[in-house]
Amino acid sequence: MNVTPTAKGTRTVKVDMLARVEGEGGLLIRMKGDRVQEVKLNIFEPPRLFEGFLRGRHFSEVPDITARICGICPIAYQMSSVHALERALGVQIDPAVRLLRRLFYCGEWIESHALHVYMLHAPDFLGYQDVIEMAAEHRETVEKALRLKKIGNELVALMGGREIHPVSAAVGGFYKAPRKRDLEAIREPLRWALDASLETVRFTAGLAFPDFEQDYEFVSVSHPDEYPFNEGRIVSNRGIDIDAAEFEEHFIEQHVKHSTSLHAVVRERGSYLVGPLARFNLNYEKLTPLARQAAADAGLAPPCRNPFKSILVRAVELVFACEEALRIIDEYEPPAAPRATIEVRAGTGAAATEAPRGLLYHRYSVDSDGLVTAARIVPPTSQNLKRMEDDLWRFVPQLASQPVEEITWRAEQAIRNYDPCISCSCHFLKVKIERE
Amino acid sequence: MKRLIIGCGNPDRGDDAAGLLAARRLRELGCQAVEYTGEGTGLLDFFEGTAEVVLVDAAVTGAAPGTVHVWESPSALPQREMLGGSTHHFGIAEGLRLAAALGCLPQKLVIYGIEGRSFGIGEAPSPEVIRAVEEVARRIASGHAPSGGPCAR
Repeated sequence: MNVTPTAKGTRTVKVDMLARVEGEGGLLIRMKGDRVQEVKLNIFEPPRLFEGFLRGRHFSEVPDITARICGICPIAYQMSSVHALERALGVQIDPAVRLLRRLFYCGEWIESHALHVYMLHAPDFLGYQDVIEMAAEHRETVEKALRLKKIGNELVALMGGREIHPVSAAVGGFYKAPRKRDLEAIREPLRWALDASLETVRFTAGLAFPDFEQDYEFVSVSHPDEYPFNEGRIVSNRGIDIDAAEFEEHFIEQHVKHSTSLHAVVRERGSYLVGPLARFNLNYEKLTPLARQAAADAGLAPPCRNPFKSILVRAVELVFACEEALRIIDEYEPPAAPRATIEVRAGTGAAATEAPRGLLYHRYSVDSDGLVTAARIVPPTSQNLKRMEDDLWRFVPQLASQPVEEITWRAEQAIRNYDPCISCSCHFLKVKIERE
Repeated sequence: MKRLIIGCGNPDRGDDAAGLLAARRLRELGCQAVEYTGEGTGLLDFFEGTAEVVLVDAAVTGAAPGTVHVWESPSALPQREMLGGSTHHFGIAEGLRLAAALGCLPQKLVIYGIEGRSFGIGEAPSPEVIRAVEEVARRIASGHAPSGGPCAR
């Protein structure tokens, strides 16, 4: 962190490298007196170019390539890509495959949320530099967090062949469907994880939340019967209710000079929020009774407009993910075939699913040979980047009387409300062409 | 007493592959060695019920490429910025410190850090690192570590 005295009365908060976020970014806040003059989330993660190099690849390669976008949420990338390609190719999936995909997603939510709640975000609330410092005084809590995360990883490995960048997901289903007894092996660990998740709700409910609320436009996938993972319309609290195919009519991505990630906005409205808070507020009724009860006991009810409470919502989603995984394992009967037969045809398809950190949109066009001719990926973090900056514009003035160190601490905490995955969000390359 | 040799790294990031290459070479030399991505929290799973661990990873300290560093826990752990070429913020160094904070480091832990020069995407490891990998693998296999005994064959 640098504190730069500049003009009289001007203070600058500069975090060269944000810690406890995935990927590489920095933060600049310039204040004059109590007024914020500039907020910039500088994203300097190198561009990833996935959309470019997916072109010309066979559609069947896409889930394995997109899984490489993120080591924390590869399943989200696989799921959005398989759903979009299945829509492009007109593929219907077996109901058992659909259930397995939800189970797969449960594993990712458990490992990702456990990591973020305890290891990345809790130290902010408890006044520790990091989880290592926190572990010295909260040993049992950190041990529990590690076990919870591990159970999520085990579920992912069980479904995907390995924990990171799993290899089982295919357009049309899975390369191999698990046997019933394979899944039953993780039932007991998941029961423990459910109890640990309920404790996580109680733990996070005891944290001190800054008094800060914003009038957000919340955006998430929404399904008539289910808390959203893989399927549903895209909805918002300001009237958006669209099929994923219409996403690009309503949401646009803009280049900003200080970021290799694009900033997304609702067309003619501005920033919006995706992620746990949006899912919770827009889909509260679809949570299980136990998850709703845990939320109520923690004093959490929709609409929750305090972004710092996203840690509490993640804990509630942990309860949901564990219960949902247990339900699926109880009901599971292997599909007749692990994946549908695909008749290749030219087409375009779009889909959105719910990554742990929010809505993830993919669109693909394929030609009659099944080769990708166009790809578009809009990750949750790039959708939230402008919203993060907007939060800081409004939150930092509340801290104006504090020392710069305290402002810095709180500003970083405010960014981590969004569990940003900067690596995933960078896919923009600025090309400069000079002609004489 | 359970012992484990772990080679960490990324096969597609130039010299960051050092640990993985060492693990592969150790297997050729008849030792049991596992390859690992280097994610910090997963390291703690390896330590469970393991008394002795030898860990090999790429290092960045400013020394000449191919330099072999040796850290022995608990007396010394590498600094955060010294290990790996990862952009992820919870890597091996953090995993070791977390294990220390939780009191679950193995009784004996020897870390070999192989100084890397270049960590570019898709690059081949540099010749200095390949030579150092051979040296480290032979030192471990010949029983230089752990505990001065020969590796588990």
